[in-house]
Amino acid sequence: MRDVAVVGFAQRQMEEFDGSPTCVELLVPIFAECYEQTGWSRKDVGFWCSGSSDYLAGRSFSFVQAIDSIGVLPPVNESHVEMDAAWALYEAWLKIQTGEVDTAVVFGFGKSSAGVLRRTLALQLDPYTMTPLWPDTVSIAALQARLGIDGGIWDERAMAEVVDRSLTDAEKNEYAVRAGGSSVEDLLARPMFADPLRKHDCAPVTDGAAALVLAAGDRARAVRERPAWITGISTFSDGLHLGTRDLTGSDSARRAAAAVDLGGVEVAELHAPFSHQELILRRELELADDVRVNPSGGPLAGNPMFTGGGIRIGEAARRVWDGTADKVLGHATSGPALQQNLLCVMAADPAEGSN
Amino acid sequence: MSRTLSAPVTVAFDYTRSVGPVLGRFFTGLQERRLVGARLADGRVVVPPPEFDPVSHEPATDFVDLPGTGTVTSWTWVSEPVKGQPFDRPFAFALVTPDGADVPMLHAVDVSSPEEMSTGMRVRARWAEEPQGGINDLTCFEPVGDSEAAPMVEVRGAPATSLETLVDEPVTGIITPVSLDYVYAASPEESAFFRGLAEGRILGQRCPACGKVYVPPRSACPVDGVPTAEEVELSDSGTVTTFCIVNVPFLGQKIQPPYVSAYVLLDGADIALQHLILEIPAEEVRMGLRVKAVWKPREEWSTTIENISHFAPTGEPDADYDTYRHHL
Amino acid sequence: MAKQPAAVIGVGQTHHRAKREDVSMAGLCREAMDRALEDAGMTLEEVDAIVVGKAPDLFEGVMMPELYLAEALGAAGKPLLRVHTAGSVGGSTAIVASSLVQAGVHRKVLTVAFEKQSESNAMWALSVPVPFVMPVHAGAGGYFAPHVRSYIRRSGAPTHVGAIVAAKDRTNALNNPYAHLREEKTVDQVLGSQMLWDPIRYDETCPSSDGACALVIAAEDVAKGSPDPAWIHGTVMRSEPTTAAERDQVNPQAGREAAAALWKQAGITDPLAEIDAAEIYVPFSWFEPMWLENLGFAAEGEGWKLTEAGDTAMDGRLPVNCSGGVLSSNPIGASGMLRFGEAALQVRGAAGDHQVDGVRRALGHAYGGGSQFFSMWVVGSEKPSS
Repeated sequence: MRDVAVVGFAQRQMEEFDGSPTCVELLVPIFAECYEQTGWSRKDVGFWCSGSSDYLAGRSFSFVQAIDSIGVLPPVNESHVEMDAAWALYEAWLKIQTGEVDTAVVFGFGKSSAGVLRRTLALQLDPYTMTPLWPDTVSIAALQARLGIDGGIWDERAMAEVVDRSLTDAEKNEYAVRAGGSSVEDLLARPMFADPLRKHDCAPVTDGAAALVLAAGDRARAVRERPAWITGISTFSDGLHLGTRDLTGSDSARRAAAAVDLGGVEVAELHAPFSHQELILRRELELADDVRVNPSGGPLAGNPMFTGGGIRIGEAARRVWDGTADKVLGHATSGPALQQNLLCVMAADPAEGSN
Repeated sequence: MSRTLSAPVTVAFDYTRSVGPVLGRFFTGLQERRLVGARLADGRVVVPPPEFDPVSHEPATDFVDLPGTGTVTSWTWVSEPVKGQPFDRPFAFALVTPDGADVPMLHAVDVSSPEEMSTGMRVRARWAEEPQGGINDLTCFEPVGDSEAAPMVEVRGAPATSLETLVDEPVTGIITPVSLDYVYAASPEESAFFRGLAEGRILGQRCPACGKVYVPPRSACPVDGVPTAEEVELSDSGTVTTFCIVNVPFLGQKIQPPYVSAYVLLDGADIALQHLILEIPAEEVRMGLRVKAVWKPREEWSTTIENISHFAPTGEPDADYDTYRHHL
Repeated sequence: MAKQPAAVIGVGQTHHRAKREDVSMAGLCREAMDRALEDAGMTLEEVDAIVVGKAPDLFEGVMMPELYLAEALGAAGKPLLRVHTAGSVGGSTAIVASSLVQAGVHRKVLTVAFEKQSESNAMWALSVPVPFVMPVHAGAGGYFAPHVRSYIRRSGAPTHVGAIVAAKDRTNALNNPYAHLREEKTVDQVLGSQMLWDPIRYDETCPSSDGACALVIAAEDVAKGSPDPAWIHGTVMRSEPTTAAERDQVNPQAGREAAAALWKQAGITDPLAEIDAAEIYVPFSWFEPMWLENLGFAAEGEGWKLTEAGDTAMDGRLPVNCSGGVLSSNPIGASGMLRFGEAALQVRGAAGDHQVDGVRRALGHAYGGGSQFFSMWVVGSEKPSS
């Protein structure tokens, strides 16, 4: 396998973006930041890949106009996944592994506020037996949360601890749309929203965009003193249906963890849009107690759709660049109740964890 | 004034879904007030029946009739219902394990407060008065009152009743309306264009890198990836570069066919925009035709290109092929 | 690091119809998948990863349907990816699936592309009005017709050339039991059909189809066990913007550059001589001569001469769309993969009644959006040398 690293990252998050659902206006300055970080122009980019959803925007082919922000004449080597940017990163990593290109920029964008997200995501379910009931994504997460509480696997206090830590950390994140630590008692005193979830247990509806830069070998070394080398990357899916899988765990997260080496991970950015899901992930990924989770504040501080997973990878990569950590994890999820998961392990040493 | 224009858009369709043989059994059962599940290769009984066994991958064939009673395995309170949900006032969504099934299914429970919900409570199906075909034929679950509390009897699900004996018309398809409301926002550059139109002006913008004049202006010049900037007011006369005659009616169409849909290269612009050509028989429209905008009455104007009703011939000689060949 | 060798060892597709009312979406996908797996001599259990492709979710009104389909597709417990590059998606999906093998990540990849567009209405889904903008848009035909007019003007092609393509492709489909439209058509019949978006006629227009296509792509050690692998000699994707000042929509630069890069990868210097069969994405008849030029089979302005001379017929120099092509079956998300899959069938000698004799190398081509997304591959009966 080639040594490939994350060497650039830029993001925007806001409660409500007033511009077009293609998010071109957000992407232009984001790409400019990536060029600034790398010293590149678009001619240095071998492959482009984006993640987004037509239904979020309310238009077929909504990703098409976004590529204008790249400047695509002369034409570029480019692709798109109807998934979070983290999977666009996976496709780009594959492309580099084939040897066809040495560098890539991946990006994601989502204007959740264009529609009513709790209704839009009901379309992500079984169209015959579930969507006609319009089950919203918060209700499904709440059903999962209660299963864990009833089973004694986690409790409301543990969930509140996740929230308090996240929102406290978010105070240092200029991109957070929700921030401000308080106390577990204070959080538990707030009213239920989707019993047993309170509003703060759920990621805020967020608009935004982000981009990540990948480079192989010496191209990475030329950009960063400490590139965040991808030493392992894996993705697995479970079935969607809520009856045929154990919702208090995540089989696919466990399989993804078994396919990489998480030993020695110091910082983990986990894409858990609901507080109890962080507890599930910690367990399935077997993260030691001293692993620092979501120092950025995580998705509870801001979670633009189709971008949030990519942002976790970027936030983790930054800790390698700035010397805070030598080995980190970025995680992304998709589908209801942690159905699909991706792990991106990065390290200062490209040989870390290899046989 | 906000920097961008926005307008509501509804994306709606009544989807006609053929359900295939497995779900067909399930939905036919619902019409007859029966819950039909499937026994999987590993022995588990699942409702609704999966079309394909998640482990063996084979189509489900071993159907099981279940009574419409069950136990709540998990629940949540929907404090702020959204459009289309089973109730338009707060209600519970639950995972209900039907008697005889090994795993739960998702549905609503009709109670008036979260205090009435508990894991382990007994519920029974409430069936629709007039079944329409679909999951809503099972309207919801409702609590089994204490006075009629049914003990949880071990139910060995009976093999599903043979379809032929009960049903005149098994369900083969359902209709599921999907309607989503959006607020569509134009970019700041497009918004400037539409605001210009509200004043009877056609505004383009020049890309600072390549110097081309785009109409409408762009948040990113597609060649250079930077926003167009310098405002350029354009003439409302131009040349037809290419066009087609639309003869075919289609769902959602706003203009009555036959009509000419043309690319009009306005004088001063480097890119053509699409509009209607009228006041000339369709078969006489040609490449190079010189046209001018015909505006609607001023009092009908708003922030839209539709302020221009159509383009009509000016009567000038056709433009030279070389003046527009690069736009073909 | 060079790409690891990869080959197509199984191809499956559904019977494409206007409405497949006998199946659900899962049933549609499995019909194609089960055929591909049987062809490959493999079970769903053995597959390492599943890559799904389809076009806009509005067609079926399900957001990311691969999520609820995961169990039916055998993806529960496996890696699952979903590609969406507009009309070229079937091709791009096959390319992403290939890259999983070429990167050495997986050895057996199943890829499936589908569309069950009869659940809504294709023209509606493609023409949902946007506020503030003139609603002259009339679906795909209305978009492409002006550019077809430009091609005819630029090339000076005689106006019956489109009808030759339509008659050829529809009649070819008689040799393809899976095709949606299978009817003998003559040039005169086509010329007599109604103008839909002048200059495109009814008989020159693709149908709206429900359908799916699946491929099994395998690594070298697995492919060696197959009697007739179609080795992947080259894969390329290129994109350009929808609208740009003086953008050439008739002979798009992205298509030209993609083709040039593809021929280079595959070691081909004279495509007309070295490609034995081509499956090219032709949804409206005139795209055959346009793409022949764009791909480098003919010089600019000369593509129509190949068509007119009968060179693209089944017994011609460069048989194009022996399967009947997009003009005969168009489940939008699957159409690109059908082109890639039919090219593979040709080099494997497995194309049945529409087999061309002695095909050693074939081209699969797909495009999407406003003629702006291109994905293409070359497959061969021999393992590539490099």
